[in-house]
Amino acid sequence: MTISSDHNAAEHGEGRSLRRKKQIVDVSIDVFLFVVSILMLLPLVFLVANAFKTPAEMLAWPPTIIPRDPTLENFSAVLGETPLLRWIGNSLSFAVMSMIAIVATSAIAGYIFGKFRFRSMNVIFALFLATAVVPFEVYMIPLYFQVKALGLLNSTWGLLIGYLVMSFGIFLIRQNVIHAVPDELLEAARIDGAGEFWIFLHIVLPLLRGPLGALSVLAFFQAWTAFAWPMIIATTQSSYTIEVGLALFQTGFTVDLGRLSAASATVLIPSILLFVILRRNFVQGVASTGMKE
Amino acid sequence: MMAILPTLAIFAYVRLYPIVDTLRLSFYKWDILSKRKPFIGLENFRELMGDHLFQSALINTTIIAFGVLIITIPAALVIAALIFYRTRSRLSGFYETAVFIPHVVSLVPAAMAWKWIFDARLGPLNAALSFFGVEPQAWLFDPVLSVICIIVLCSWQALGYAVLIYLVGFKNLPVSLYEAARLDGASGPQSFWHLSVPMLKPITLYVSVVTLISGFNVYAQAFILASDAQGAPGRQVRVLVLDMLENSFRNYRVGYAASEAVVLLAIVLLLTLVQFGLLREKGKA
Repeated sequence: MTISSDHNAAEHGEGRSLRRKKQIVDVSIDVFLFVVSILMLLPLVFLVANAFKTPAEMLAWPPTIIPRDPTLENFSAVLGETPLLRWIGNSLSFAVMSMIAIVATSAIAGYIFGKFRFRSMNVIFALFLATAVVPFEVYMIPLYFQVKALGLLNSTWGLLIGYLVMSFGIFLIRQNVIHAVPDELLEAARIDGAGEFWIFLHIVLPLLRGPLGALSVLAFFQAWTAFAWPMIIATTQSSYTIEVGLALFQTGFTVDLGRLSAASATVLIPSILLFVILRRNFVQGVASTGMKE
Repeated sequence: MMAILPTLAIFAYVRLYPIVDTLRLSFYKWDILSKRKPFIGLENFRELMGDHLFQSALINTTIIAFGVLIITIPAALVIAALIFYRTRSRLSGFYETAVFIPHVVSLVPAAMAWKWIFDARLGPLNAALSFFGVEPQAWLFDPVLSVICIIVLCSWQALGYAVLIYLVGFKNLPVSLYEAARLDGASGPQSFWHLSVPMLKPITLYVSVVTLISGFNVYAQAFILASDAQGAPGRQVRVLVLDMLENSFRNYRVGYAASEAVVLLAIVLLLTLVQFGLLREKGKA
């Protein structure tokens, strides 16, 4: 009797120490991940902090993290002296138009590739996928000359030419059409005399709301952060996107780090907020890029 | 059914045609300034082989791509494993978001932040180093150090994507296997090393290839970090895309630039084929 109860107590003690050990491990992992997260965010925090520093503090050594007497000087200077808002406007209209174009082309082509799987269709689809491997940078120079021939340099339309279709988007929608749009539903609608276009608009699209949402977020951010293409297409100050404008602004002769940071922060803060709001969509979209099998 | 035609037409015009055109141009002496644009066969490629600027661009780009790979993949695997382990923690959403934000923020403002961090006179990096008694370094003005800076910046951006893909991978692993391992007395790190790492191999392969390919396309990061105040970009660190654009738009040698694009394409195709090859091999085994 005594032996077994001793044994029990020992086991109890062991269980408690195991639990304690697990708690210590959990807490230290949390601390580690927390530090990593902060380190990842730190550069952006620095940038936002710099935006509020006075020129004198900007030059102080050692550098400060939190501005001693925060000022809005940099923001008003940069908004007054550079067409920052215009550049943001250019980027915004480019990103929204690209998003609409990519969602439209992906929805239509993805649906047709998903539902009409003839041999010839599959060949064309394979071609779509194969070109997805080719990086944009490889063929952007000939594309530049096409845009030039159309007379669309320095315009949002010219920018848009490079971002009208997205192979991954077509692929994503096709997969979802195959798995989430039952043939029976379409057949039933056809028997009821519905037109193909009506079916697409009223039956197919609502079923694809999730993936289309994810795709729009991806497409928007893709165009919003584009760099090399706007760099060659938009060469006049009034047609710069925000990325190009900032990049060239920072190579100017009178670079003022405070103003530069203010300009950067003006761009960063809304896009981070937008991302945090749309995080679910975005993560879903990006995660599905990994699921190519 | 016919509704696909506009999309096909757009696709042919903005994707297929320029790709084919790149291939075609690479065999021509196609200069903007000269009227005659003769076919010269492989002459562009032969010239590339002896071009020092191109060589240094190719070497720098390769170092950057593999540097980013070596930092990103192990770090992402460990961080994803830990986040997955702490899925039920209230902070797991915060971890995911924080790690992922650098991947989505606009590149130029983010690069600007790093430019300040690396700044030789004012940057916090040198301040922190001098705190530990290390001599301040001219990070962005030294050819070797500036490559390291670009690698750090690119890894910072690539990490979030890799973590996200790994997290999806972890969520798809069979739970029962881990329970069996625990009953056999395997510790957490042991089952990570002997179960997770081998089972996530296809994902590691995929993320590695994606990371490498985007590493080979590096441009904006080098443009921002390694350009000086006179607006002469890439004096310190020349990368492939930059060399290509310079040849095309500063030297007006479009055919020559196209041959560089073909080299870039060849590298990317090679990496993709290696990925598929390894995946197939694994499928057989």
